[in-house]
Amino acid sequence: MKVAKDLVAASATPMVLGILAEGESYGYAILKRIHELSGGELDWTEGLLYPLLHRLERLGCVEATWRSATGERRRKYYRITDKGRAELAEQRRQWDTVVGALRDIWLDPHDRGTLPAIPLEGLA
Amino acid sequence: MTAPDSPVELESQFAQWRRYVQRRRELAQPDADELEDHLRGSVDALVAAGLSTDEAFLVAVKRMGSLDELSREFAREHSERLWKQLVLTGSGTVDARSRRDLRALVLCAVGAAVSVRVPELFGVSLEHDGAFYGPNVGVLVLPWLAGFLAWRRQVRRPLLGVLVALFMLGAVAANVYPLAETSQSVVLTSIHLPIALWLVVGLAYAGDEWCSPRRRMDFIRFTGEWFVYFVLLALGGGVLIAFTAGTFKAIGIDPEVFLAQWLLPCGAAAGVVVAAWLVEAKQNVVENIAPVLTRLFTPLFTAVLLAFLVAVVWTSSGIDVEREALILFDLLLVVVLGLLLYSISARDPLAPAGPFDRLQLALVVSALAIDVLVLLEITGRITEFGTTPNKAAALGENILLLANLAWSAWLLLGLARRRTPFAALERWQTGYLPVYAAWAWIVVLAFPPLFGHV
Repeated sequence: MKVAKDLVAASATPMVLGILAEGESYGYAILKRIHELSGGELDWTEGLLYPLLHRLERLGCVEATWRSATGERRRKYYRITDKGRAELAEQRRQWDTVVGALRDIWLDPHDRGTLPAIPLEGLA
Repeated sequence: MTAPDSPVELESQFAQWRRYVQRRRELAQPDADELEDHLRGSVDALVAAGLSTDEAFLVAVKRMGSLDELSREFAREHSERLWKQLVLTGSGTVDARSRRDLRALVLCAVGAAVSVRVPELFGVSLEHDGAFYGPNVGVLVLPWLAGFLAWRRQVRRPLLGVLVALFMLGAVAANVYPLAETSQSVVLTSIHLPIALWLVVGLAYAGDEWCSPRRRMDFIRFTGEWFVYFVLLALGGGVLIAFTAGTFKAIGIDPEVFLAQWLLPCGAAAGVVVAAWLVEAKQNVVENIAPVLTRLFTPLFTAVLLAFLVAVVWTSSGIDVEREALILFDLLLVVVLGLLLYSISARDPLAPAGPFDRLQLALVVSALAIDVLVLLEITGRITEFGTTPNKAAALGENILLLANLAWSAWLLLGLARRRTPFAALERWQTGYLPVYAAWAWIVVLAFPPLFGHV
């Protein structure tokens, strides 16, 4: 199973901000971390990651510096800013709402019976 | 495993990949560095997993996906990169050379602006002495432009001497003859001396390679772009003048003298140098605009000329050739020649003849046909009423342009029939430049004594 492209794109910002909230990092490591976290199910490309990082940099959510850690190549490291943390908190609140609502629907079969077909049609 | 993997080989693969990336305008240098680091990360991980460096590199590149897709994603975030920007100042990447360029530019532009006002110190008035300023404006301004270009090209001493001598000759020609303000010769000198001196600027532009057709064609390109930029600067200057006049009048100060005597002449003189610097600075940044304009207007001009020819035949009326009409038709030939020149300047020399070349042939032939009609009319007039400097100059120019276009038409025909290479046409046009220079100098130097200073 691969996660749909739209969903990957929608979750991209909180994912990157969340990883950077763990500590500063660089492109390749971020991608590797996403791979680990999702057990390889999230299909991220460089074309998604780097433009996103640059956009977050432009918006002031992350800061970037070029430097070389001891014994490593020169790299562009990204660090989350206060604004980025605020953005992450906001995104997290929204995602909690979405995830909570979905969980209520899917994990409460006693109250609701089977998956309601008619309301879904109405939404489509 | 086929060949022993070496770090050297891997580096050359990375170098090749970097070259591919650098061709993408959407990917700036730091992006390329960042992506390369990513690629190296992938390669390292794959090598650690047991792949050879060759295989690891291939897999890593494949995983990154096509560059097309990658650049498209980058373009969505960095759309400004698709608009090439001319960096003038500010950014830290300005190197020493462009800083020196900028200093030379400011020096030459200020020099040109000041030169325009210097004659006032000797009692010549910008407002009233049109007979002085008309012929002398080129002598005052263009040496600064030539100086700027000569400095950029680091031209050698002998050529520098020639440049100085020619400008001095221009100064002599502008001032040695006792011409009345109302005489035809003053007007002729005012038109022809700047043309002659512009071609001297061309000598400075081409530097020591002034014989080479390629460099001469570069100067033709330069002239077209310079003109476009000068017009743009003039539009900006017009807005500036309008606002200065409006705002100062609103508080009861009339800035008219300042505007007419200082801002306009000095600004225009400085603009001549600044436009040249812009052309030089942006050579690699912006597409040339003159050839684009040529492409747009060649079909339209062809249509108008053909319509005119049909109308002449249809109504069977002769062309009413007054002096103004002759000048109008001279200008028409200049426009046709310009259209021809600037499409030549942008054409791929090795491309086979296409529909556009045939369209140009039609344009040139119809212009020639019209001009022959005009010439027949005018020579009749001259033999009947005698000649004046104006008529002689207009006629001479007409013949020069006619000769140029006639041979161009012949070469275009050969090109359309795939008999003549395109280079022949290019060589003909660049080889003709000295003819214009010679004629302009003749009008400036020989006409006043020839026609008794009228």
